Amino acid sequence: MSNVVRLTRFNWPEKGVPKGVLTGEDGHAWLPSPVRENGPKPKAVLKPKISTRNLNFFYGRFHALKDNSLDIYEKKVTAIIGPSGCGKSTHIRVYNRIYDLYRDQRATGTILMDGEDILSPACDLIKLRRRVGMIFQKPTPFPMSVKDNVTYGLKMHYKLSRSRLMERVEWALKQAALWEEVKHDLEKPATALSGGQQQRLCIARAIAVEPEILLMDEPTSAIDPIATAKIEDLVVNLKERFTIVIVTHNMQQAARISDFTAFFYQGVIVEYGETEKIFTKPEKKQTEEYITGRFG
Amino acid sequence: MGSAFVLPLLILGLFVALTGLSLPSIKRFGLHFIVSPAWNPVKHDFGALSSIYGTLVSTFIAMILAVPLSLAIALFQVELVPPVIGRVVGSAIELLAAIPSIIYGMWGLFVFAPFMADHVQPFLARIGGNLPLFKGPPMGIGMLTAGLILALMILPFITSVTSDVFRMVPAHLKESAYGMGSTTFEVARKITLRYGIDGVVGAGFLGLGRALGETMAVTFVIGNSHRISASLFTGANSIASTLANEFTEASDPLYLSSLVELGLILLILTVMVQILSQLWLRRMRRKTGKGM
Amino acid sequence: MQPRLATYRKLTNALVVGLSGFSALIGLFFLGWILMVVILKGMAAFSPDFFLKLPTPPGVPGGGLANAIVGTLLITLLSVLLGVPLGILGGVYLSEFGEQSKIAAAVRFCSNVLMGTPSIIVGVFIYAIMVYPLGHFSGYAGAVSLAVIMLPVVVRTTEDMLRLVPNSLRESALALGAPRWKVTVQVVFRAAKSGLFTGVLLAIARVSGETAPLLFTALNSPYWMESLSKPTANLTVTIFNYAMSPYKDWQRQAWGASLLIMMGVLFVTLVGRFYLKGRKTP
Repeated sequence: MSNVVRLTRFNWPEKGVPKGVLTGEDGHAWLPSPVRENGPKPKAVLKPKISTRNLNFFYGRFHALKDNSLDIYEKKVTAIIGPSGCGKSTHIRVYNRIYDLYRDQRATGTILMDGEDILSPACDLIKLRRRVGMIFQKPTPFPMSVKDNVTYGLKMHYKLSRSRLMERVEWALKQAALWEEVKHDLEKPATALSGGQQQRLCIARAIAVEPEILLMDEPTSAIDPIATAKIEDLVVNLKERFTIVIVTHNMQQAARISDFTAFFYQGVIVEYGETEKIFTKPEKKQTEEYITGRFG
Repeated sequence: MGSAFVLPLLILGLFVALTGLSLPSIKRFGLHFIVSPAWNPVKHDFGALSSIYGTLVSTFIAMILAVPLSLAIALFQVELVPPVIGRVVGSAIELLAAIPSIIYGMWGLFVFAPFMADHVQPFLARIGGNLPLFKGPPMGIGMLTAGLILALMILPFITSVTSDVFRMVPAHLKESAYGMGSTTFEVARKITLRYGIDGVVGAGFLGLGRALGETMAVTFVIGNSHRISASLFTGANSIASTLANEFTEASDPLYLSSLVELGLILLILTVMVQILSQLWLRRMRRKTGKGM
Repeated sequence: MQPRLATYRKLTNALVVGLSGFSALIGLFFLGWILMVVILKGMAAFSPDFFLKLPTPPGVPGGGLANAIVGTLLITLLSVLLGVPLGILGGVYLSEFGEQSKIAAAVRFCSNVLMGTPSIIVGVFIYAIMVYPLGHFSGYAGAVSLAVIMLPVVVRTTEDMLRLVPNSLRESALALGAPRWKVTVQVVFRAAKSGLFTGVLLAIARVSGETAPLLFTALNSPYWMESLSKPTANLTVTIFNYAMSPYKDWQRQAWGASLLIMMGVLFVTLVGRFYLKGRKTP
């Protein structure tokens, strides 16, 4: 158990974490009412932003997600961990329906985002994707200047004057902690930036359109440790404004920055709860084995 | 292994032989040859202007039609339909490139030109009545028909290269753009096209080179007249069509020599396009850093 | 910030998607149109006479293109005999011996330039070096001009196909003590055999529909050829001459010749493509 002890030494987000997250009996976990009769009351009431119920996902005939149910809470960081191929990326790729690009991929079930079912065919994908930003594993700067990268979504979704546009660019780059590094190079091609800078540019580009939710698919796996630390700090700051779901294979990262953690294994949500509890007192044996490094 | 050096020798030989045979014409007309619109075998007065004009205008018509059409078809087969259908459409379009030039000529002369004369040209004359471009009797054969057939002939080359370029755009880049809430068209225009613009320009060069030197199809339908006219309905000629039509009839040495000099001009034009496209490709390889 | 409506963007998108589908239809429509016309009009001209008889004098109906069919086959065969070995040697040089050198880069460059040179210019060139000095048109000159056009195609495909042979294969043969040329001939060629075959097929397809270079090299002839050193009948120049003539019967035969040429070229192309399948396209 020495691993677990070592893990707990990281800074837990101590404020605002409700105690006592329950785990369902049939493998998937979800949170019942956050307010418990006994024990200390949470400082803020948790509001589910995304409620997933019975989500199944298929790549052709391959059944990748099996009956997932999960609540993502507003303005919290939720980490999704699990071994490779467990369906964690697949799960968040449903939240902005990016899987729609591929004809052989489909999802069933319901996902309510502020009460609206995003899996219904009537869902407006353009609006959905404005509300849900996504950051990918590899930085994906568009083949244009730094500034044009940030204005890309802004120009698409809003009608802004030139000065308002520049204000938004500055705001977004500041939020992404990139402004100081690029303010003199706004016209440079974005591909000339370093990997870590590119990734923060992608974050700036995503938050510029003021989404409500940010999905991050292993955002630090392709960049160096110093840049990783910057992005982790950023995530903690951004949760003031955004609901963040981050997929990571790095358990220390999940422990450092998230409020809630879901452990996926073979397409099933094995355990879901407060990060502190998942990493110190996991209820499932599989969870414990995974976080102590015995498999995966 | 000296065999490989046949290639540079051939290029050298092309220039030497063509220059050699055009010497009488070069001596007689000098640089004036290029700007003179005359073409009179009886009076022994020759100039390349009408042929150069026809070559450039027919190529221009072909390019402005074929480039957007190719982009649209490449977009269709790469982005809009399932890969299986895309491949079928792609192979069919590539089949257009396998059809020999003379077949385009036959179809152009006997089928397409009458169609143009009966339907397309009267229509154009009606809607663009006052434009000098669409003046004159709708005869079918002429500059416009030649340009259209050229467009059809270079279409498969540009489409094939462009769709390869589109296929090389990384999936995560496209996903990222869709993830921002872009429509298919916005992704194509702002991401795919910008990412692959170098390759698309290269494809354009390829088509350009083809169109400049295309001979038989043009010869069949361009009308073969040494006139420079603003109307696209009237007969014209191109360097290649003049050569094809008149070379074996050129009885006196100056006539023959002038024709060879026309050929020399065409050779220089196409080699320039080749060199530009090679330099462009090299620049592109260096920029992307990976084998294209 | 109030997000704007996406209606306009969605409409533009639908419009462009529709247009691109329409463009693909245009391309397919013309392909279908050309194929259909050539097949229908060509079939109408086919008859035993068409394949077996000599052309009749202008204006006299009947006759066939037997001499042109034979002439085209012979000229093409001769051009393959000239162009293919030379092209393969050139490709071998580029891929096996001169990969990185400046000279190889120059050779490759020349090959590309030659590939982009209009075929009619090649015809003028052969006229200048063979027909003009010798004083007469000949089937040989026609074959040489086709060989020149074929050469860069064969060089390119050979180089591409040999590149696909893994280096480990070369190294293991060299490690056994085989000399370089022997490795190339025995190991690399064998591994790239079907690829080379495809390259040759595509080169044949490329030249067998050519007309422009034959116009002033092989010329044409209404007779059985006596030798390739005389003007030689061939299908493509015959199509050109007959199509431009005022005689209906000649125009009809031009369609027959067109169908014959098109079937030949498409057949060779499709066989080549079939062999190429599963291989990286050059």
